[in-house]
Formats: sequence, C-alpha cells, structure tokens
Amino acid sequence: MSTPHKPLPVWADVALIPLLNVAAAFLISGLVVLAIGEDPIEAVKILITGALGDLEGIGFTLYYATSFIFTGLAVAICFHAGLFNIGVEGQAYVAGLGAALAALYLTFLPGPLLVIAAILAGALFGAAFAAIPGYLQAKRDAHIVITTIMFNYVASALMGYLLVNTLRIPGQMNAETYPFPANAIVPQFHELLKPLGIIWPVTPFNLSFLLALAAAYGCWLLIWRTRLGFAIRTVGANPTAAVYGGISPANVTIVTTLLSGALAGGMAANVILGEEHRLILEYTAGFGFVGIAVALMGRAHPVGIILASILFGMLYQGGAELAFDKPRISRDMIVVIQGLVVLFAGALEHMFRRPVAALLARRTTSPPI
Amino acid sequence: MGFEDFVSIFGSGIRLSVPLILACLAGLWSERSGVVDIGLEGKILVGAFAGAAAAYATGNPWLGLLAGCAATIFVSLIHGYASIDQRANQIVSGTAINMVADGITALIGNAMYGQGGRTPQLADTALFNAIPLPFVDALAPVPVLGPIYKHLISGHDAVTYIAFAAVPLTYWALYSTRFGLRLRAVGENPAAVDTAGISVRGLRYSAVVICGVLVGMSGVYLSVAQAAYFQPHMSAGKGFIALAALVFAKWRPWPALATCLLFGVLDALATRLQGVPVPFIGQVPVQAIEALPYLLTVVLLAGFIGKAIPPKASGVPYVKER
Repeated sequence: MSTPHKPLPVWADVALIPLLNVAAAFLISGLVVLAIGEDPIEAVKILITGALGDLEGIGFTLYYATSFIFTGLAVAICFHAGLFNIGVEGQAYVAGLGAALAALYLTFLPGPLLVIAAILAGALFGAAFAAIPGYLQAKRDAHIVITTIMFNYVASALMGYLLVNTLRIPGQMNAETYPFPANAIVPQFHELLKPLGIIWPVTPFNLSFLLALAAAYGCWLLIWRTRLGFAIRTVGANPTAAVYGGISPANVTIVTTLLSGALAGGMAANVILGEEHRLILEYTAGFGFVGIAVALMGRAHPVGIILASILFGMLYQGGAELAFDKPRISRDMIVVIQGLVVLFAGALEHMFRRPVAALLARRTTSPPI
Repeated sequence: MGFEDFVSIFGSGIRLSVPLILACLAGLWSERSGVVDIGLEGKILVGAFAGAAAAYATGNPWLGLLAGCAATIFVSLIHGYASIDQRANQIVSGTAINMVADGITALIGNAMYGQGGRTPQLADTALFNAIPLPFVDALAPVPVLGPIYKHLISGHDAVTYIAFAAVPLTYWALYSTRFGLRLRAVGENPAAVDTAGISVRGLRYSAVVICGVLVGMSGVYLSVAQAAYFQPHMSAGKGFIALAALVFAKWRPWPALATCLLFGVLDALATRLQGVPVPFIGQVPVQAIEALPYLLTVVLLAGFIGKAIPPKASGVPYVKER
C-alpha cells in the first residue's frame, strides 16, 4: 500500500507517531472515565497497582499477556501477507477442542509427551480451522474478512454443540469436559519455583509464557530471515509483483493462514492446558479480538506485540482490580480502551502524520538566525 | 405441523427479521457507495442503548427512535471520517467501532443505572406497541387469509412497518433517482463520478448518514419494541447476520429482504424445534440451525452456489488526482 504522505524521519515513524496514536486512545479513555464521574488519575493508579503492585498481580498480568502474544502474533502474521484474519477468536476456540481431545484420549502417552501432544493438537486444530477460510480466499476468492467473521460463529455453534451434547460429563450441569490427567498440564510457575525455595503466590502464570516468547522469536526469524517470510511480505506488499517474482500468492495465503491458526492455538496451551485443565464453554472470552488491538499497537512486529501484550495484560488484570474498587468503572472499560487503541493505532494511524510532518518541516526549514 | 404452526413460526420469523432488514439495508447503502461496514453490530448496540435510555427518560418511543438514530449517525460519521477522509482500512475502523460500542454501552449503562449495564424496564407507553390494521376482526373468520392477515400482516409495531417500507424505498432511491445512480456509480468507479464533477466525498458521506439512520432504527427496535430494556451485548451477532444477508443478497434490496426473512424464520424455527424430532431427520441440534446463515454465506462467497461480487470500489479509499 503506498502512503500518500511525505516521508518522516525514522524515529518519528517508529516511535513518535505510534506513541501519539496510543496517547490519543488513552486520553479519550480518560475523558470517558471523567464522564462517568470518576477520577482518571486515581483509576490509573489503582490499575497499575493492581497489575504490577505485587507478585500476584504480575503473575496474572503475564498470564493474560501470554494469551495476547499468541493471538497478536496470529493476527500480525496475516497482516504481513495483506490478510485480515478476524477469526482468531474462533480458531483459538477450536484449538481448545484439539488440546482437550488429545489430553483426554491420548493418555497412553507417557509423562510430558502427553502435554506436548496436546499443545501440538491445539495448534493443529487451530490451523485446520483457519485453513478453510485461507483456502477459500486463495482458490475461490472468498473474502477472508467475511469468511473468518462467519467462522467465529460457526466455531461457537460447533463447540457449543460438542460441549453440551457429547463432551459434557454425564449428569453434570456445566458444559465442560472431564479434568485432564496430571501429565497433560502445562506447569504453573509457582509450582516450578517451590522446589527452588522461591515462594511465588498462586497464579495461573505458566510455562506457556516461554512458549509464547519462543513463538515471537520464531515469527521474527520466519518473517525477516527466511525465504517464506520474504514471500509473505512480498505478497502483502504487492501480489502482482509476487507473481512476477515466481511466488504463488495462493500458496502463500494458505500457508500464512495455517501458521496464523496454529499460533492462535497457542492460547489453548496457556488457558486450557495451563489454567483450566478442562475444556469450558467460550473459554476464549474475546481474547482473539484483543489480538487485533495488540497486533495493530505492536505494528505487527514481535517485539511490539510482546510489549503491547504486556500492556493489555496489565489492563485486564488491573481492570479487574479497578472494577472491584470502583464499581462504576466496570470491566467493559477495558474493551472501550481496546477499541480506542484499534481506532487510533489502526484506522486513524495517519491522522497525526500530516501535523507532525508539517511541524518537523517547519523546524528544519526555518532560517538560521 | 399444521397451518396454525406455520403462521405462528412465520409470525415470529417476521419479528426476528425486522432488525436484520434494517441493519442489512444500512449496510447496503454504505457498501453500495464504497464504504465497507463491518461495524453494524456495534452500531446496533449504540442505537439500542441510546434509544432505550431516551425512551426511559422521556417516556416517548419516538424520542427514543430519534436519540437512537442520532447516536448511530454520530458513530457512522466517525467511520465515515476514517474511511473517506483518513483513507483508513475500513475493516480496522469497523472492528474498532464494534469494540468501543460493545464496551461503552455496557459501561455507561452500568454507571447510569447501576444494574450491570441494563436499563430499567420501559413502561408500556414508552414502547412501540402493536398497531392493528383495519378490518382485522371482520376478516378473522375467513379461512387461511384471516389468520394470515391477522398474525402476519396486521398487528406489528411502527418500526416493523417502517422496515418493510424501507425496502421498496431503498430500491426506488437506488435505481430510479439521480442520487441513487450516482451513489451506485461511486461504489463502482469513483474516478468516473469525480470526472463528471460530482463530489465522491459528499455522496459517500450521505450514504454513511443514511446507513446510520437505518441501523439506528434496527437497534431501537431491539430495545424499545422487541424487548422493553437495553441489555449489554443484546445485539448477539445480529449485525454480522445482517452482513451475511447482505452478501447473500448480493447487495440488492429485494433479495436482502428475502434473505433477512429467511434468516428470521430460521431463527424462529431453531427456537421452535428445540427438543422436537423432525420427521426423517430426527432431532436437529439448535446450534446447526444457528450456524446455517453463516455457513450458507460462506458457501455462497466461495462461489459454490452462484457468485457474490461486491461493489467494485467497496473498501477502497478514493484518492483524488491533483
């Protein structure tokens, strides 16, 4: 996509503009808090204390961040190929099915092999569910935005049916599976640190966090250091040029959506295998959509995504504390902030570009006295 | 299933299709002008909340309708500003609107009324009530036609009649007026419209405002006619079903009406068939019927049953040559 704007210095492009965009989102959020009659400064204090004030807060923050890194990477890798995958929510949900089926039925696998199989099965199911819209986009020209939106609802209906009718424990009211065996569980940090003499409060923060960091590093390697990554970026920049370069946009589209679905599946490792230890209804809780905000805020770069994920982890954890202290600021506030970040960092990302460019131009061209 | 059941399922199908028809037409106006709108879901919520809050405060459903539409026009203009002036990615902008709307209606509702985001129950006089058409009782004893007239044609509220009137009106405006011709042209080839000396920006903004009015009514219908309150997330995917219907109808008004009616009747059937065995098939899971509109749309988009081709310039920002 060509930008009709004047080029800016690199520092302004990489740091200043994104910061201004995010600042605008938070400024409006502050006005919303004012409008409902609360003090935004106090709200921010409670939020930060709740998210980072003690080890328990930090544990929860990083647990949420782990999910967001996976969903953010899933959205971002598609961005690089010029695809908009709104279906990460549904892909992560179906990935939960894969992880749960493996954890419940591959119990003949000894020791940690089971949990590894469950993680892989989650990625596989996520990829398979993403493959259908990917294939339809690549070969049948069905717009991936519409098909992935539709598939979110298909996933919800499918999983609802399976959990209520087939996977539910007979005689139980709750639509959830049997708990997983102990060797199908991703260990939580407070258990791992106990033998070392370190007391970490009980939080759902688990080893999936390291998996997420590894996935982020893997994405960076893939996108900027491999032939496939080059193909992905070329298709994203100019599919016609890609064809002249001997790259098949159709194949790249399919491979990218497969990878995206597999990354979305990482969320199952964190939430289903790392915390819930059973498959539950609507476990994704909108985190797939947070991935869109995270990917836009992190500018589709793994480092940016990790930072944005931690920020959103803070918002989710601190927001829960905030809703507890200030019932008027319910957890819906976080969804508002998330939407405003998407609006300013995504849709209106060029809004500040022209004024900043004008300002910088004036500074550099002003005659020396 | 007898005739009575048919009338009753079709009747509730009509009621369930009203918000879909209005939202689908809203999307049609917007996308025919070249502005893709996946923010319908969020706008329905905004309309529903503003409508319920105003109807509760004033006790007048029409003021609720006015407030609902005003709020959705405002949201539509944000989307318009991003899409038309900022040349933004319209999918991103729509996603942002869905998120903000979902959060802010629940947040403000909770702050205003302290009931977890729900508005207080609206009084009967603050609702759009059923309007019986003339001769209902006179025709009631007539077989077949009597019940159809009584339950399907008569006895709906004002918004329902507006929704059904909006279809021919949209058809007429798009295909028989100069404005409509220009609007469709701007969605196909904005450069040609621009060359003719007509403002692309002006046409797209007017389409976005019309979209706001229609989708606002869709939301107000949910909270001030179908239910008597606003509740967080009450749109429950209707904006996306309307989007699916729009694709399914290939961006044309009459097929849009037919598709929305079909999806409405499917919805009514899903409720009706819960736990009831269907001959030859057995029990149909509710979820299968729920997923059907989405699956049908994907199949259509993939070109397995006809081909849905969107307006050529939809989603593409127009850059005027200088």
